[in-house]
Amino acid sequence: MSATRLTKGGRIDRSRTLKLTWDGKSYDGFVGDTLASALMASGTQILGRSFKYHRPRGVMSAGVEESGAIVTLGTGVRAEPNTKATMQELFDGLSAHGQNAWPNVRNDVGSVLGLFGRFFSAGFYYKTFMGLPPFEWGRGTGIWMQYEKLIRKAAGMGEASRLADPDAYDHAHAFCDVLVVGSGPAGLNAALTAAQQGKDVILVEQDFELGGDFLNQTDPAAEARRIELITALQAAGVRIMTRTTAFGLYDYGTAGLLERVTDHLALKPEHSPRQRFWTVRAGATVLATGALERMVCFADNDRPGVMTAAAARSYLNRFGVLPGQNIVVTTNNDSAYATAAELAVAGASVTLVDLRPEGGGSLSEVMADASVAVRTGLAPLRACGRRAVNGVQLARAEGNSWATADTLPCDLLLVSGGWSPVVNLLSHRGAKPKWDADLACFLPAPCPDNVVMAGSASGIWQGDACEASGIAAAKTALGQAVEGPVPGGWDTPIKPVYEVGLPDQKTKGFVDPQHDVTSSDVRLAHQEGFVSVEHLKRYTTLGMATDQGKMGNVIGLALMAEALGKEIPNVGTTRFRPPYTPVAIGALAGRNVGDHFRTLRRTPMHDWNLRHGATMTDAGLWHRPWYYARAGETITEAYIREAATVRQAIGICDVSSLGKIAVQGPDASEFLNRVYSNAFAKLPIGKARYGIMLRDDGIVMDDGTTWRLSETDFLLTTTTANAGKVMVWLEELLQLRWPDLKVHVSSVSDQWAGVSVAGPKARDGIAACLEDPDAILAENLPFMGVTRTRLNGGIDCLIARISFSGELAYEVYVSAGYGERMMDLLWAAAEPLEGCLYGLEALGALRIEKGHVTGAELDGRVTIDDAGLGKMASTKKPFIGSALRQRPELLRPDRPQLVGIFPKDRSQTFNGGALLCKPGVTEGHGEGWVTAVTHSPALGHWIGIGYISGGHGDWQGKTAIATDPVRKGDIEVEIVSPHMFDPEGERMHG
Amino acid sequence: MIRIPCPFCGIRDHSEFTYGGDGSITYPALDAPLQEWHDAVFQRENICGVQTETWHHVNGCRMWILVDRDTMTHEIHAVRPAHPDLAKALESSS
Repeated sequence: MSATRLTKGGRIDRSRTLKLTWDGKSYDGFVGDTLASALMASGTQILGRSFKYHRPRGVMSAGVEESGAIVTLGTGVRAEPNTKATMQELFDGLSAHGQNAWPNVRNDVGSVLGLFGRFFSAGFYYKTFMGLPPFEWGRGTGIWMQYEKLIRKAAGMGEASRLADPDAYDHAHAFCDVLVVGSGPAGLNAALTAAQQGKDVILVEQDFELGGDFLNQTDPAAEARRIELITALQAAGVRIMTRTTAFGLYDYGTAGLLERVTDHLALKPEHSPRQRFWTVRAGATVLATGALERMVCFADNDRPGVMTAAAARSYLNRFGVLPGQNIVVTTNNDSAYATAAELAVAGASVTLVDLRPEGGGSLSEVMADASVAVRTGLAPLRACGRRAVNGVQLARAEGNSWATADTLPCDLLLVSGGWSPVVNLLSHRGAKPKWDADLACFLPAPCPDNVVMAGSASGIWQGDACEASGIAAAKTALGQAVEGPVPGGWDTPIKPVYEVGLPDQKTKGFVDPQHDVTSSDVRLAHQEGFVSVEHLKRYTTLGMATDQGKMGNVIGLALMAEALGKEIPNVGTTRFRPPYTPVAIGALAGRNVGDHFRTLRRTPMHDWNLRHGATMTDAGLWHRPWYYARAGETITEAYIREAATVRQAIGICDVSSLGKIAVQGPDASEFLNRVYSNAFAKLPIGKARYGIMLRDDGIVMDDGTTWRLSETDFLLTTTTANAGKVMVWLEELLQLRWPDLKVHVSSVSDQWAGVSVAGPKARDGIAACLEDPDAILAENLPFMGVTRTRLNGGIDCLIARISFSGELAYEVYVSAGYGERMMDLLWAAAEPLEGCLYGLEALGALRIEKGHVTGAELDGRVTIDDAGLGKMASTKKPFIGSALRQRPELLRPDRPQLVGIFPKDRSQTFNGGALLCKPGVTEGHGEGWVTAVTHSPALGHWIGIGYISGGHGDWQGKTAIATDPVRKGDIEVEIVSPHMFDPEGERMHG
Repeated sequence: MIRIPCPFCGIRDHSEFTYGGDGSITYPALDAPLQEWHDAVFQRENICGVQTETWHHVNGCRMWILVDRDTMTHEIHAVRPAHPDLAKALESSS
């Protein structure tokens, strides 16, 4: 192939030169070029090396179906592998590299693999390296993993950068009445028709220019028509998106689009996303996605210089590149005739080889005018030449077989094996395309959704008919009865042929060039018993490359049908799945990366906590104070000091993240009585009660305190982790199960700022902050009492005397906006009392000492009895879960039960997550597990809580092993009551 | 993506909702025998075709709704508030 840039013609702007770098060398191109057209114009022929055999590959198409010119774009952190050079718009400074080759694609050492090609048939690696001596020696598949690494190095596509993606991606959403995909003659007309009926229309085009096949035509009338349509679209207010691929169609008219915002720009605007991921909800969808020209399978049909006829037309007419001087065009249908004539007019010497004995009918006369030599009844048998095509050996059909004919020298071999409508997006919707034997292609089948196909995507081959089909499709999509043009449009019918070869030929003809799948692979798969196309696909990897079988699927199906002695429709077809073309993971993630990966929730005192030395930790979506280290303190030193201070004086802890739900209404107490396992009906006003709620199946769902503020007003608190879940659950119960209850629930988690004030001096500390210090006197606010009062400065507050730490403790709630003011007041009072601020780590230490449960213990597997709270399950009333908690399995006495854990040697520690085992039986699931471990300042050594079969009664005087083989090994432990500190609760009642 | 016509908010993406479960279940009384609860909670049909399901418009109006959805096609045939009084009120106002 000796391509040259023409001095005129095409849609490129020869006055604007762009520089590009290919494999380190500098080349020129023009505005309007793709990377492929620029490289072709500069005479570069080998642009890639094939997947398995490292065969040299050049440009094979001019579009998304490209299987040869697959390159790595950019360098370093922005290196993007497996980019199709045919789709990459040229920009100044573009840099690209060949891939799957060493040292480069022109001279690739790996190409020796091609010499052994006959060994590398379908399944070769698996057959050779798995299970067979001498490679396995009965060692299982482990050794395969080693071979696989080497194999992957030798075979493959480009390599992705291992660095984090530096670019930003956006997610965007849109709605429209009609979504039109494709801006060729059919798409432009469909969009205009819908817009002129007053519909809101989005038109999507993957190319950087609108027009589709208009762009490949030389007739000035075609360009005039294109401009006319686009102008009308703009006037009608159609939203036009170029460089945007509709990669998937989903339920309810939802489409996924990928908009390439800056990939074509030399200077990327600083604040633009690289790509935008659109979710479009359309009332109706018109798919004018065009058709792709097929190759034919013959020997060495992948040589650089072999391409589809349509591609040559595109390079000639759109990019002003004459892709060869001495061209052979082989075809089995009418479509290549115009291409042949145009190439000849542009100065090439062209021979047209038509498989059909009768040729192209009246089209042949045009060929004579353009001095194109026409040969009929012949097909390509073999492409000659190694690194580039230099001729084509022809074959003549003889009955059902082929006989060698003469060889024609050429530097460009064009192939037209027929056309495949792009039915991929329709296939996403589950509509199986139907094989049309006359047109030798799959045609769209009716789709239950409002999706209509138009133009060549529905098998309509002529431009005028495509325009009419676009108009008809838009009307159909809008529910108007209309007759559109019928598929077809060739004067002489296509003569289907998928493979040309001699019976005993040992050469390679590629079906799916991108994955190096040959016709012999397909036949071998059949020989080895693969009869389903789905199995064929997986065994040979046909259609599993980045083009998803755009190039080879139909040929593969045809060969399989032939091998099975069936018709193509009886073999079936694989279902196309999204995405139509690859989508970067970054685009799927959008802005949800790094700090934005998930929502961050801050308490109203977040900044206050930071100002006072808090180190934060993640608690679900929340950032909560973890510990408040003083200068030089480690986390362990800090939390031990904090926990000790709470036991000795006073500590303040931000508990605003607890879930808070207002339960209000005349039936609120009845509702809570059903939801909680313990009695709530008679909770007095001004009292709080600790409650446990179960799921329907009798397992614990959540725990927390509920405060009765009035006859009809309760404040229910949940654990931080389950706040959302409990709210949903209460809503479900009220709306679905007990609609007769007059209760309203609303989440007030964000409305309240809450702190826990704990320790022997807690009462003094809070009293100093109250307008009426007497409000907190023991007689006015006894244990589990709730009061409404005011902090100094007239700040309304709720105070409940409840304790998680086991100390005299209160929770003080104020309106969220007063959170920082409350902290100022309390801290000013607590600091002189030698108090401290404490975080989650100290909170954990305090509650573990007391054996109080949290999410680590209430893990969705434990019953209320397992958690040692069985006495909280009322026997006097039914409640949610009361029936199914009585299942025999949940009542077994040897179920794991909540226990405290001491290391036998008190100087030792053990790990949360360790398994508890019998001595000498440190394997299997063990007898239980450790949920949490802390250093206990009160006891002076490490302690833990967890679950163990039979509970601490069964383990009295026995030794258990906390085993953690990966981290810590085996530690001997004693099993004790979970109430390890102040078991009588004297401190909190004080 | 399924688009669900919420009776209160109009057509919304399914990502605004959470799926509840089988909407045809009548839960037994709280004091019903274990066996009845067992059947209601654990014995569920795996329907191929139209089934009534509960959905919660959790990132919307927070209402629970009953959706008649075809499990084969995702086609939604009917949607109504789960709360019978609200359903009645909507019916009579339309």
